[in-house]
Amino acid sequence: MKIKLKSTLENYLFVLPAFVIFSIFYIYPFSQVFFLGLYEWDGILPTKTFVGLNNFKDIFFSDPIWWKSMFQAGWITIIALIFQNVLAFLLAWACDREIKLKNWYRLIFFLPPILSEVVVGLVWQWILEGNYGLLNSWMNNLGLAHLTRNWLNDPKTALNCVAIVHCWKGFGWGFLIFLAGLQTIPRELYEAARVDGASSWTAFRKITLPLMVPVAILVAILTILGTMQAFVLIIAMTGGGPAYHTQVPVLRILASMRDSGRFGYACAQGIVFGVILVAVSFIQYRFSKRSQARGA
Amino acid sequence: MMETTPNISKGLKGYSGLVLFFIFSFMFFGCAPKKEESLTGKTVTIWHWMTDRDQTFQELARRYEEKTGVRVDFELYAPSDAYSQKVRAAAQGENLPDIFGLLAEKRDFASFVKAGYVSNLTVNMKENNAEWEKKFFPKALAVNEFIDGNSYGVPAGIYGVPVDVMTITMLYNKTLFKELGLDPKKPPVTWNDFLAVGEKIKEAKKQGLVSGWGEIWMIDCLASNFAFNIMGKDKFLATLRGEVPYTDPDWIRVLTLFKEMQDSGLLYNGLVSMVNKTAEQIFANEKAVFAFNGSWGVNVYNGMNPKLDYGVMLLPRVSDKFPVSVWGGAGSSFMVYNKSKNKDEAIKFLKWLTEKEQQVFLAAQTKNLPANKEAIGNISPIMAQFSLGLEYATHPNTWGFSESSQVTEAFDKGVQSIIIGEKTPHQVAGEAQKIKERELARKR
Repeated sequence: MKIKLKSTLENYLFVLPAFVIFSIFYIYPFSQVFFLGLYEWDGILPTKTFVGLNNFKDIFFSDPIWWKSMFQAGWITIIALIFQNVLAFLLAWACDREIKLKNWYRLIFFLPPILSEVVVGLVWQWILEGNYGLLNSWMNNLGLAHLTRNWLNDPKTALNCVAIVHCWKGFGWGFLIFLAGLQTIPRELYEAARVDGASSWTAFRKITLPLMVPVAILVAILTILGTMQAFVLIIAMTGGGPAYHTQVPVLRILASMRDSGRFGYACAQGIVFGVILVAVSFIQYRFSKRSQARGA
Repeated sequence: MMETTPNISKGLKGYSGLVLFFIFSFMFFGCAPKKEESLTGKTVTIWHWMTDRDQTFQELARRYEEKTGVRVDFELYAPSDAYSQKVRAAAQGENLPDIFGLLAEKRDFASFVKAGYVSNLTVNMKENNAEWEKKFFPKALAVNEFIDGNSYGVPAGIYGVPVDVMTITMLYNKTLFKELGLDPKKPPVTWNDFLAVGEKIKEAKKQGLVSGWGEIWMIDCLASNFAFNIMGKDKFLATLRGEVPYTDPDWIRVLTLFKEMQDSGLLYNGLVSMVNKTAEQIFANEKAVFAFNGSWGVNVYNGMNPKLDYGVMLLPRVSDKFPVSVWGGAGSSFMVYNKSKNKDEAIKFLKWLTEKEQQVFLAAQTKNLPANKEAIGNISPIMAQFSLGLEYATHPNTWGFSESSQVTEAFDKGVQSIIIGEKTPHQVAGEAQKIKERELARKR
């Protein structure tokens, strides 16, 4: 009995440092943010006014711009999930094969993610500028003048332009993870398939795709979390405009805190946003697991 | 190969001693006091965000130490957003420096005062027959003043020291004016004249007005100028108090002006998501006929294109009922930390900084308008044109009321929507009023 107790205490002792660090850096700040969400506070005065769940009520029932920003972040995420990840996977698959200069391609594809988001945003802003931008200039030279527009100021194109640049900036991460995943697939499986007369397409469908499902789940979750929280690129490209057309939740949280001095409300927005992200990731994970189990 | 391994290992051992020596030296000296003490042992620390003025501030600090033996440390934290957050965080931790600048609306300024972070300088301003107070332009001082019965609940007094003053008004490019067949000595005076220039700009396929309208406060600035001209200050303030709705015909007229500017070709294509830095660059590169910008732009334009030939004009008059106004007053101000141990030294330094000699030097070096009236005679011709705007200056910090930030955002974002043709002035006014009523109900 004594030995068992000692062993249990020892186990707890080993876990203690991690628990303490986790509590200080995660649980405590999170609980503080939650409690601040129950107050009206301007971030300056030492006094705060308790408003209960009013901030949360306002977010759900009186803040259409918040939900518009959520929808827009969701739209960018959908575009990223489809285009960014498909592109990343196809390029990783190409680089995993025996092609010339494959290391060179790997380097090139991984360049955008390591560039500063502000720099990327400003460069693309210059490319997409309506009056002297590079894109419009090329289109004019190609005889497509009727299609030119002020890409970042037109409500019809601003969000999609931001989404495309976000994909361009981010596909390198997916590429890297997919490439690592592809390299773990034993080459013998492909050789055996070839011996059995399987075509490249069949090998891809029957070997590569099923074995890459766990990697794809990981990349998808990272894409959702990364894209929903994107804001630096958007600030650099459009500042959230024109009007509210490229606003995303993090920009709204910043606006509440910095421009309106509503720290309590900003904390409540942060909590709601965090809960939504966890829920989306969880649902996505469950769906992927289920489809994976069905596949097996 | 076999022999080299032990040698390398031996070599590394030697180096590791050296590395350890450097690490410990770094730790030891890293813990030493950062800067030398001044002759008097007193140091006044100042936080600011003004990158363009930092060098001049450092020079002034050097001169002050030479004169008094008191060291002054100007610490620059930029960009301004990061600076604002730093000041708020430092206030919470009661770690503010002896002197700091505030980049905030009057509402936040009031919170800083109420929280006890900012010293009331009224006694210092008023002593010796108000000697210090009389040195400043009254409008510059008014920005740092809370009057009796103000809506923020702050005891009446002067809580800040203006270092320079600014006005925000309309600028026009004289070279482009000539190219359009216009007389550069006669900028448009009335609204119709202004729209007529827009038509000429459109015909000549040039670009019109640039400004940082992606940063919505500049839209707010122009809109309130128009509102003062159309409805007068009293009705404007009544709107802030909730006594006049935004759906009032005068407000609809204010919003319609933005649509008219867009329709006549006066606005630069892509204006609504433009930051002011970009706007300044475009105007400096002579790619826009007009700019709506502050007097700080003189220094910026001079740096980007010293040959730029431009003039300053008042905003075109929309109505004859009320005078045209411009935003103006204190450009940047310094506050004294109320809990500072060096409060007296800090006030002494600010008095010295705002004396004529230092103000002339500051204005000459940074091309900003001085806050000290006596120093205004020594400014450049273009700055003199800006200084004329001071006569018509008004500033939100002097109104005694602040509009709710949610209403301001809805109004200004609404103006962006009008410019991109997405909403009508009536729609925007209705939306702003709806939020105004929600905010009024919340306050009640």
